[in-house]
Amino acid sequence: MSSVTTRLACKPGDYKSDLKPIWCPGCGDYHVLMSFTRAFAKLGLPPEQITVVSGIGCSSRIPAYTSCYGFHGVHGRSLALAAGLKVTRPDLTVVVASGDGDGYSIGGNHFLHACRRNIDMTYVVMDNRIYGMTKGQPSPTTEPEFDTALTPGGTGVAPFHPLVVALASGANFIARCFSGQPNETADVLVEAIKHPGFSFVEILSPCVTFRPDEQDWKEQVRPAPVAATNDQGKAARRLMTDDGFNLGILYRGNRAPFQPAIGVSSIDLSELEKDFEL
Amino acid sequence: MSKPPTAPKVSSLNDLLAAAWLIESDAVDRYNLLADQMETHNNPELVKVFRDLARAEGIHGEEIRRLAGDFDVVGYARQTARIENIGLPAEVEIDSAHYLMTPWHALQMSLAGEKRALAYFTHIAETATDPKVKAMAMELMEEEVEHVNLVNRLLHRYPQPDDSWADDPDPPASPE
Repeated sequence: MSSVTTRLACKPGDYKSDLKPIWCPGCGDYHVLMSFTRAFAKLGLPPEQITVVSGIGCSSRIPAYTSCYGFHGVHGRSLALAAGLKVTRPDLTVVVASGDGDGYSIGGNHFLHACRRNIDMTYVVMDNRIYGMTKGQPSPTTEPEFDTALTPGGTGVAPFHPLVVALASGANFIARCFSGQPNETADVLVEAIKHPGFSFVEILSPCVTFRPDEQDWKEQVRPAPVAATNDQGKAARRLMTDDGFNLGILYRGNRAPFQPAIGVSSIDLSELEKDFEL
Repeated sequence: MSKPPTAPKVSSLNDLLAAAWLIESDAVDRYNLLADQMETHNNPELVKVFRDLARAEGIHGEEIRRLAGDFDVVGYARQTARIENIGLPAEVEIDSAHYLMTPWHALQMSLAGEKRALAYFTHIAETATDPKVKAMAMELMEEEVEHVNLVNRLLHRYPQPDDSWADDPDPPASPE
């Protein structure tokens, strides 16, 4: 997290913009927005010190609904945009919002390398296991037996396991939350933002329109039976028996964040350009 | 794993007033959020119901402030909510909203929240050892009984819709 300027305490409502969300009623993303604003208020960060960056999809509309700085970027590129912002403005707290389609499919490669680089920012993926905005295509986390007109007989493809990928790629903080528990989610977001380096928080956020079956998630989720670890091996073993519904902080690493020095290079660009002169 | 949230702990009169104010304040936010959703999805009847519920909860919040007298219940409650992992017993379940829901559904949501609040204050009234806390919990419990009765009276005005309430000739999803 970036340094915090003390000023009058903000309420969660102070982080909401005047724009009304257009998500479907009952969508889990409403709760995620609530968790964002509660987390920011708990941290006492002024809205102008936070930037929420997103890509494309239902979940990626979230920056517009906050009063923080925001960037609604192109599909799958939210992490690239956020990385550029964070290395040039390390004073800002950067939170990146994405969905399972945006973040794990077209943005999948950025996800790997953002974990590897370990820049100090928080990546929140609202996972509903479907492309909701484009009317229900399967995403990388969709179950193989998901049988619809678009996927007759199911996809037949094993889903992507985001937490495994994050751990293997070097993320420094890994957690899973459920949108229907906004207070717990807010607390995990506080921890994620405060933790140095790249923090990854997967939030199970049901799509009530294209995946009404996900309303059962509230009965399936449970607090993980074990505390967070800083041991990658232990975290990996826990993920081997994870059914996707264990909630809480899985891993808190202690790798130093990557932050290149800005504005202190002694390299003269004109000298470099000489090699390329025609 | 982070600590699961708990209902607000009450060890003093101030704690109880703060919990009561947080419950009302959270309900105002949630009903307004639901009203906004219904406005976006052109369900004006529900907009009015949720705005009315938000207004009613706001009045209850003001009543808590009045009961608190000179004590800054709002500041204390916000500070408590900042540092503690609090789950409010009367939270309106916004994830059960539907774009074609009717006032009956809205009132069912409200009734469930009021009943949880009633159970919460009843528990405090029955278990508190501090006479001041006990007396205030009794008063809040009586308030909640009134709220439950009010919602039940409103439900007479809005009978349960038949099973076709969610039928949409032009649905957003075509599963077949």
